[in-house]
Amino acid sequence: MENIWTYLSTRPTDAGWLGWLIPTALQTLALMVVLLVALAFILLFDRKVWAAVQMRKGPNVVGPFGLLQSFADFFKFVFKEIVIPAGADRTIFLLAPLISFVLAFAAWAVIPVGPGLVIADINVGILYLFAISSLGVYGIIMGGWASNSKYPFLGSLRSAAQMVSYEVSIGFVIISVILLVGSVNLSDIVNSQNRGLGLLNWNFIPLFPMFVVFFISALAETNRPPFDLPEAESELVAGYQVEYSSTPYLLFMIGEYLNIVLMCSMMTILFFGGWYSPIDLPVLNAVPILWFGLKVVFFFFLFAMVKAIVPRYRYDQLMRIGWKIFLPLSLFWVVLVAGVLVAFPDLAAHLQSWRP
Amino acid sequence: MTIAAIAFWVFAIAAVASGLMVVASRNPVHSVLFLITAFISAAGLFVLMGAEYLAVLLIVVYVGAVAVLFLFVVMMLDVDFVELKQGFLRYLPLGGALAAVVVAELIMVAGVWTFPDEAGLARAHPAPTAAETVAHGAPNNIEALGLILYTDYVHYFQIAGVVLLIAMIGAIILTFRTREGVKKQDAARQIGRKREESVEVVHVKTGQGI
Repeated sequence: MENIWTYLSTRPTDAGWLGWLIPTALQTLALMVVLLVALAFILLFDRKVWAAVQMRKGPNVVGPFGLLQSFADFFKFVFKEIVIPAGADRTIFLLAPLISFVLAFAAWAVIPVGPGLVIADINVGILYLFAISSLGVYGIIMGGWASNSKYPFLGSLRSAAQMVSYEVSIGFVIISVILLVGSVNLSDIVNSQNRGLGLLNWNFIPLFPMFVVFFISALAETNRPPFDLPEAESELVAGYQVEYSSTPYLLFMIGEYLNIVLMCSMMTILFFGGWYSPIDLPVLNAVPILWFGLKVVFFFFLFAMVKAIVPRYRYDQLMRIGWKIFLPLSLFWVVLVAGVLVAFPDLAAHLQSWRP
Repeated sequence: MTIAAIAFWVFAIAAVASGLMVVASRNPVHSVLFLITAFISAAGLFVLMGAEYLAVLLIVVYVGAVAVLFLFVVMMLDVDFVELKQGFLRYLPLGGALAAVVVAELIMVAGVWTFPDEAGLARAHPAPTAAETVAHGAPNNIEALGLILYTDYVHYFQIAGVVLLIAMIGAIILTFRTREGVKKQDAARQIGRKREESVEVVHVKTGQGI
């Protein structure tokens, strides 16, 4: 067990390309399995939180406390028939859910879940995440267009405009974090938040307004309620997913939820100290993955609560918030952070003291 | 053959093939999707050259923003294929002549092409890989680019910024129109409303009007 763990968590550098490919493939496989199983329970968690807010029991039939509900759903999805609409563009119709599924997994390649526990610790980690999440819109647009049906098309157009708009403010939030940290590498961003004071060193304190902007933009970027306008059921039936059934629909749904968990882990990494414990004690820091997982689940809980509590926005209000409030605010904050770092070199040196 | 070589051929062939398909495919939406594949393949080639920052930037800017809007517009086009083919014979001589000129120019350029020494030098000393920059503390992609862009080329950078700003303002002015008499929601006014201004509690005695 110990050997497997070291094998999976270390990165051989000079073992030839086969000695490099096999561990990477195994690491990828391990991450995918863990993510998919975790996702099954996160889906259940989402439904349970939603049910609890509405004073219902939620899924409680399959397995103890309904714990196996997601697996039952999975088999139901897989065994149903795939229906392809008559006028649909078959290739793109089937490609679209695959794209959103694959992209959602691809982003996880650079997420450090613990010190050194990352498949690809690349220099431009956060930009890679940003790039992949900006590609996510293609799955939705292609799905909506290829269905050759009115509601999916309207849903996908809405979604394209919405995701492109909120990407802008997410980008500026990320830039303000990068300015503060002085690095684009995700492990560096986490390590920079460990200066001996635990919780007090985390980025959400100097960048609190940006954290709020990021959280709300993440809701919009992942099409979560209250910004689930691409699939607003009162107007568009189910938006871009109307014509999808069976496994393609399942792929869309897994991609969507994986993106939500990705946004949660981005918040953890950018603002909440990644795998470090809130109180800086060696005992508490013994299991870094646990802290990472707890923080991600906490943010997912917030996402679930927002879904349960807040009513859906109107489309023009959504655009107004994105362009007229978040964009100027985040742009102002980028200038402010840059100005403060230039004006107080000592502060900048303190914030960037992670540099060797 | 190393992985890098295999990856190079995969990306290079994908880039050229999808570039051809952009022109060849009949459906404009397919064209845009092939264009996106070409962008992504080009980004892969950038990564192989060690320019990972440029690769990610290409994806963020071109694939994530420009091509989305492009696709957005093309999807809403109502393309009539019969009408598109109507003028084919009429434009054939002109188009053919243009194509011949371009091909002739390309042949002339290819004929006199010699690889400059700088390119050879660059190949002899490739850009540092991610592992090297981490190990030796050399400036990574972004730092190297920033060091050049904000010192030697700062004026060009600022001029480019101003040009983009002017283009943006121009686009806004061209499409902006004020409409009179349209009821609009004013969020600030809505939030700023107080109870006293809006609601009045009136005690009405039974049998009497107000």
